[in-house]
Amino acid sequence: MLKTAISIAFIMMVIAQLLNLYRLFKGPSLPDRILALDTMYIDAIALFILLGIYFTTTTTYFEAALIIAVMGFISTVATCKYLMRGDIVE
Amino acid sequence: MIIALIPLLPLAGSIIPFLFSSRSHHAAAAGCVAGVSLILLLAQAPAVFAGQMPIHSWQWIPAIGLNFAFRISGFGFLVACLILGIGLLIILYARYYLSTEDPMGRFYAYLLLFMGSMLGIVLSENLILLMMFWELTSISSFLLIGFWTHRADARQGARMALIITGGGGFAMLAGFILLGHIVGSFELTDILASKEQVQGHHLYAVTLVLILLGAFTKSAQFPFQFWLPHAMAAPTPVSAYLHSATMVKAGVFMLALMFPVLSGSALWFYLVAPVGLVTLVFAAYMAMFKDDLKGLLAYSTVSHLGLITLLLGLGSPLAAVAAVFHLFNHAMFKAGLFMLSGIIDHEAGTRDMNRLSGLWKYMPVTATLTMAGCAAMAGIPMFNGFLSKEMFLAQTLKPNLFGDQAWIIPLGATLASIFAVAYSIRMIHEVFFNGPATDMDKQPHEPSRGMRLPAEILMALCLLVGIFPAVLAGPMVNAAAQSILGPEMPEFTLSLWHGFNLALAMSAIAIIGGIVVFKFRRYLFDSHIWFSRYCDGKAIFETVTDWLIQSGYRLNQAVFNSSLQRYMALLIISVIVLGSSPFWRSETKFLGTATMTAIDPVTFIMGIILILCALATVITHRNRILSIIMLGTVGLIVSLTFSRFSAPDLALTQISVETVTIILLMMALFMLPRNSPKDSSRYRRQRDVLLAGLAGGGAGALAMGILTRPYETISDFFLAQSVPGGGGTNVVNVILVDFRGFDTLGEITVLAIAGLAIYALLHNFEIEAPQTDALGRPWTSDRFPMILANITRPLLPLALLFSAYIFLRGHNEPGGGFIAGLITAAALILQYIASGIVWTRPRLNFDNHIVMAWGLIVALVTGLCSWVFHYPFLTSTFTYVSWPWIGKFELASAIVFDLGVFLVVVGSVMLILVKLGAVNSPDAQTVSTLAQHHPDLEPEKEMF
Repeated sequence: MLKTAISIAFIMMVIAQLLNLYRLFKGPSLPDRILALDTMYIDAIALFILLGIYFTTTTTYFEAALIIAVMGFISTVATCKYLMRGDIVE
Repeated sequence: MIIALIPLLPLAGSIIPFLFSSRSHHAAAAGCVAGVSLILLLAQAPAVFAGQMPIHSWQWIPAIGLNFAFRISGFGFLVACLILGIGLLIILYARYYLSTEDPMGRFYAYLLLFMGSMLGIVLSENLILLMMFWELTSISSFLLIGFWTHRADARQGARMALIITGGGGFAMLAGFILLGHIVGSFELTDILASKEQVQGHHLYAVTLVLILLGAFTKSAQFPFQFWLPHAMAAPTPVSAYLHSATMVKAGVFMLALMFPVLSGSALWFYLVAPVGLVTLVFAAYMAMFKDDLKGLLAYSTVSHLGLITLLLGLGSPLAAVAAVFHLFNHAMFKAGLFMLSGIIDHEAGTRDMNRLSGLWKYMPVTATLTMAGCAAMAGIPMFNGFLSKEMFLAQTLKPNLFGDQAWIIPLGATLASIFAVAYSIRMIHEVFFNGPATDMDKQPHEPSRGMRLPAEILMALCLLVGIFPAVLAGPMVNAAAQSILGPEMPEFTLSLWHGFNLALAMSAIAIIGGIVVFKFRRYLFDSHIWFSRYCDGKAIFETVTDWLIQSGYRLNQAVFNSSLQRYMALLIISVIVLGSSPFWRSETKFLGTATMTAIDPVTFIMGIILILCALATVITHRNRILSIIMLGTVGLIVSLTFSRFSAPDLALTQISVETVTIILLMMALFMLPRNSPKDSSRYRRQRDVLLAGLAGGGAGALAMGILTRPYETISDFFLAQSVPGGGGTNVVNVILVDFRGFDTLGEITVLAIAGLAIYALLHNFEIEAPQTDALGRPWTSDRFPMILANITRPLLPLALLFSAYIFLRGHNEPGGGFIAGLITAAALILQYIASGIVWTRPRLNFDNHIVMAWGLIVALVTGLCSWVFHYPFLTSTFTYVSWPWIGKFELASAIVFDLGVFLVVVGSVMLILVKLGAVNSPDAQTVSTLAQHHPDLEPEKEMF
């Protein structure tokens, strides 16, 4: 049962990634693309957690999800700051 | 132990003269060091005279055959006696010779450094060790020739000597390595016993030529003779010591040392004897025409070195005895003569023979001593030079490999002797007689007692050895020759009178001929003028070096004309050519036999996304910000891929590096134009696409080829050893901090250096900030949005806690110092982004330089600690302790090393990013300097 659910979730997530990719390439504005990248990070977190549930032996995937959460946030902030001010550390 | 101390004392003691400030103390300190060494050496005399050879050996780097091994052979003992004995006299002499302006402490330090390295050459048992001392003598000779750094001729002479002897040393090292390869050991004892093995080997000729190159350059043999006269720019004590008595003898010492193993072949004779003969005659001829006293003595030295080389080249046992004896004699009379020329220079103000004359009236004692020295140099009976020269002349008459042309050797020898007599007479005549003393800068007078004493001792020895050779020099020469020749030792007696024979007749011809040449020297001088115009070794040397430098420059221009595109293109073309060349002829199938894993739809789609994003990065590269966003996507998918194929550690690293890279690129972006124009030609772009495609595709294909065949890797070892050897289950981390800790230490050092370099490059660098964005809209006026600032502040402790967690468990689970450092740095830089440098800098009040330095210190000290427990550098240890509440916990020394890694990563990343951020904001720069200078600076009030 869980296996089927995970498989379906995986497929949904991959479709989400493809949609993000579409937005990333299409744009049209930079904030669109940044948002697309940020959503890809979130999507990746979901993928990691799914992997974690799938490979039950280790908890590493959950921690990797945590790291992406922290680091993805920081890079999105940096990109947004660039859009706002041009200079990210001022 | 004591044997090793003989060379090591002067080496280590070379700093002692620096500790004193008075001139006499400098000399006394140097004298004490050399004196102790001499006493230690003489204590070995009974053993040496009894025919033994004490050896002391410690292992140093056994893997390359390098042992810290010393020996005292009879020959080594004799040369070591010369080095220390003459060295002591030189120390005394230099005390009076150098003027008050000269840095005396430095001089004696260099002198002791040289003394120790020269002793190292003659006492080494291991060839590689010997080579290290050999190079040290070249370096100390360089420092001593260039001692008067303000003089251009001294600098040039020093450089030339270093290039020639250093180049020769390089060849000799190659020769030694070949020799060690043939014999299978670098120990002299083994090598000297394997004559047949070496001479029968097909590499014998190459080995011989390489070793001879080293010896000939060091001993200034033709055609490398020209560096020695130019080395005379050194202070006279140096010329007397290094460039007549000891260092230049290292070359002939090497010939004599290798005599038992390399000599005896026809090749040896044809290489060594002609070089010696040409040097002997040519340098004696050149010495005739030198007006500079030291120049004359320098060429005479070259000539005498040629004589010793010729003797060794002849290869007969008695010739070797004569070579040893002449080496001993020459050191004494030539060192003395140099000292006397220094005295004349010092007291008369010049050493130019055209200006000197009539000094007999003013310095009769010096004149008498000089005459004694010149008599020994010319080979007049009753002086030591006569004895060895007589033995030499007798040896030249023996049949040799020249066959019908053998007469050329005695002819050359007689010719050189004639010149030697002539230049000796000329020296005495022009300095001490030749009319009244005029044209001198100061009133000449006898030197102070201490300056003349060393020369007096040496001249007395020359005379005494000349009269009682068997008593004074016999045992030493005997022991020395015995150690070279071993069982082939001939019967010989050192005596003044050998009866009437052909050698005596040749001596007589030389003396009479010398007087005749001296009388008619004017005609020779005229013919010499055109000769010297075309035969200036220095000019040729400089033409060659200039040409080398020019062609190096041109080659560099052709390859690397400051265009990164050209440079990369050439690099990648060579990689493609070299990488693909083995496949042109290879018969094996490219792909291996391993079956491929089935591909699942998720991985497949992600792979497609990865490829699309990678292409998009390239396609959008002219719009930089867009390209960075695409790159960020690539990084994300790569880290997902790592996780998918069970490398969570790499995924963590990848994602951390990705974030820090994006921040860095964003900051750099600010200083670049937003869009880059197309300025490459169409052809060029096509070429680059082709190159990039080939290189990338080739690398991918290679990976595919490797992955599809079964192979054994070193990973199995690491996987097996990780827990028993390193105490951690995270193999990657155990490799980084334990198995390959030394590499990691090097890497973090490079990281720290890069951080410092970027900091230095950005220092005082200012750039005008653009006022609008790409579409011409002004920036938002809200510099630090409140929501962002208030979200990021609580995030900091959470991120730090997470980083501490990742760090602590890094030894067993994915994580470790590198990732933790990146997370910490990213979390800290987030505060700068959200709240600005002015607000953050005083609150994060630590100097990133110091964090970085502590990191390096911690890592290094951890490594060094293993030495305390007599383990190799960076050996790690671990244990398990039970703590209350927490339970069983592992303590590994590697975690301290990992802490060093962590600190270096945090320090250098912060150093670079904060500096980069401060570039275009003057108020931020003020704060960052203030914060460094006033640690307790009051944080400013909230300004937003």
